[in-house]
Amino acid sequence: MEAATLPPLEEMDETTRDEIETSVAKWKDAEGNLIMILHEIQNRHGYVPRASSLLLAREMNIPLARIYEVLTFYHYFRLVPQGDHNITVCNGTACYLKGSGRLLSELEKQLGIKDGETTEDRMFHLETVRCIGCCGMAPALVVDKKTIGKNSPMDIPPILEKIRQQEKTHEDQ
Amino acid sequence: MSVTATINGLEVTVPEGTSILEAARQVQVRIPTLCKHQDLFPSSACGLCIVKTGTGKKMPRACATALEEGMDITTHDAELTEVRRATLELILSNHPNACQTCGRNGDCELQDRAGEFGIRQDYLPRRVTDLPCDDSTGSLILDFSKCIKCGRCVQVCQEVQNVWALSFLDRGINTRMAPAGDITLAESPCIRCGQCSAHCPTGAIVENDETATVWEALRDPGKICTVQIAPSVRVALGEAFGLPPGTNLTGKIYSALRRLGFKAIFDTTFAADLTIIEEASEFVARFVEGKGELPLITSCCPAWVDYLEKNFSDLIPLFSTAKSPQQMLGALAKTYYPEKTGLPADQIYQVSIMPCTAKKYELERTEEMQSSGRPDVDVVLTTREFARMIKQSGVDFLNLPDEKADSLLGEYSGAGLIFGNTGGVMEAALRTAFNKVTGENLPPEGINITPVRGLEGIKTATIPVADTKVRVAVAHGLANVENLLLQVREARDQNKPPPWHFIEVMACPGGCIGGGGQPYGVCNEVRQKRMQGLLDTDEKMALRFSHENPEILQVYDEFLGEPLTGKAHELLHTSYQPRPIYQK
Ligand code: SF4
Ligand code: SF4
Ligand code: SF4
Ligand code: FES
Repeated sequence: MEAATLPPLEEMDETTRDEIETSVAKWKDAEGNLIMILHEIQNRHGYVPRASSLLLAREMNIPLARIYEVLTFYHYFRLVPQGDHNITVCNGTACYLKGSGRLLSELEKQLGIKDGETTEDRMFHLETVRCIGCCGMAPALVVDKKTIGKNSPMDIPPILEKIRQQEKTHEDQ
Repeated sequence: MSVTATINGLEVTVPEGTSILEAARQVQVRIPTLCKHQDLFPSSACGLCIVKTGTGKKMPRACATALEEGMDITTHDAELTEVRRATLELILSNHPNACQTCGRNGDCELQDRAGEFGIRQDYLPRRVTDLPCDDSTGSLILDFSKCIKCGRCVQVCQEVQNVWALSFLDRGINTRMAPAGDITLAESPCIRCGQCSAHCPTGAIVENDETATVWEALRDPGKICTVQIAPSVRVALGEAFGLPPGTNLTGKIYSALRRLGFKAIFDTTFAADLTIIEEASEFVARFVEGKGELPLITSCCPAWVDYLEKNFSDLIPLFSTAKSPQQMLGALAKTYYPEKTGLPADQIYQVSIMPCTAKKYELERTEEMQSSGRPDVDVVLTTREFARMIKQSGVDFLNLPDEKADSLLGEYSGAGLIFGNTGGVMEAALRTAFNKVTGENLPPEGINITPVRGLEGIKTATIPVADTKVRVAVAHGLANVENLLLQVREARDQNKPPPWHFIEVMACPGGCIGGGGQPYGVCNEVRQKRMQGLLDTDEKMALRFSHENPEILQVYDEFLGEPLTGKAHELLHTSYQPRPIYQK
């Protein structure tokens, strides 16, 4: 398969191009190199931008479909940039039994996005994980790396409000 | 090496490596399947084909398990039926209950299985994905909710066509078929060949049905509806009416078209002869007179054209500039035909019946597809849609009398007819090119150019023409073409003589007879029979050279002038452009 003939690549900034070229050169002959390179890209950007995938497809002479098969197979990879504030709902058995489902629906309702999505203003990213190992705190949320336990749907609005306020003072300063 | 075993007590001997499923067929035992397709490797996705092997408690899948010496296979008993039924119910629980409004209603493998197993009620609550349909291409409609994840389309698109427009994303129960990189199909590298739709067992991928548009045109008093029908349609349409593949129904098709209300019946095969005149002239100009590059590459398959424009755009100068027969006929139907008949040109409406979903896209491929000043062809129906129209019309198709096409743009040669087969364009072109170079026709025993016939993926031959030798190559199924093109590119980049002088490519395996819009159930056996249907007719025809078709001579004489120049150039030729492979 011949790789992509242009459009987005031309518009791509030089750094992205350099990055990909360096990564490809570095991992060229290694086994499982595609995954390694995608790791590098994600480490650098926090997600794997589409433009990087397109360029990578061309550099490695593989179809874009292949790259997306890998990207979507491993939950580790992200296809969109995360929000500034990350909210994770634990969906482990304990949390599930204690009502994590209701937490998730409340968050989805309040933020107007679904599990795995980011709000349009990029302020919030919402996701679920299997189990964060804090079953004693069920149902648990992780908000910007901080674990908050024993939540009910009623706790959600104040949590979001607090973050919004912070952002606002930030802006005002 | 061969192995001998028993299946339901019947002894069977097959070559080593034969699957239990294949072996069972040989003793007239039908094991139910859903995911396995004869063209493709087993994906073992559905689990319907389980059998007992006589040893152990396992139930291996017959499609993916080789028959072994001494096996004692049971294909049907109460327990197997029970397990299969449960499996089928699970599949149905993720499928919409939507047969009445589905493009596959009455011709669907999943519906068939549900019918055979006598499923009469939902035992499990249905949970169906609600992803929106993808109708971005105008040729195909993807309805993700009807996908049973058998993997046929992905395998066809990646392995047979080497296009990689479709893939499986995510995993586990979230696995879904999707255009490459989660974009729309039109933004993906898809070339609209429709092979995915021809192989899909359900209504998850179907052609964009435009029969309603045609009915409307037929009822519109302001339109003079004319129609053309492609060579390969006539030997496949019968399958939709229960006839064996390869049955040539030309006469009945003409008669049905008249009853549907078409005012003039043209035959694309006439235009195939015309394409040959233009293309053979082009070949002779390049080969003998050195005007233009070699190899000359055929361009009558729009899926193939799209593939080259997307993936090998540096080779565009090698393309024949001759339009496809569909577009040539459309151009004449809207210029020559009204001129000859005095009918108002702006009222002529042209419907084209094709084996192909990509032909729907070809209508708008470039501005030259409107060389008459309007769309040269207004709408394309695939063979499957045409069969549906006949069934809607109330015509008792199989008992119709045979009729003839209209005498303008309707006469054709056997050479034009075999255009529908892989190798057929090459054979037809060589018959005429030989005459152009030597001034004589091939001798009767040389008319059949057998090395370019058949289902081999790549066929090459050296054909003596006068005191030179013409090296030709033929490929079908696009996975076969990359290697040829790389060799051509290498020679070209190094200024070496080309490995071949003339290359024919058709995107679909078998050529147009195996097109993505043909009746369901294609496999090599069916392709072989459809091809034979065209070859047998060619063999019986008195007229076997495009350049001897009297209507062709007449149209040049009265209207077009000389090949490659003037009006012929204006109406019958086109251009190509590089296109991005991913639009997003
Ligand atoms: S795909 Fe088949 S089973 Fe499904 S709705 Fe369509 S006809 Fe019915
Ligand atoms: S139409 Fe052809 S290229 Fe497009 S998705 Fe289907 S098989 Fe692939
Ligand atoms: S779209 Fe059709 S062929 Fe493709 S995986 Fe789904 S059911 Fe199978
Ligand atoms: S036909 Fe064998 S697993 Fe589907």
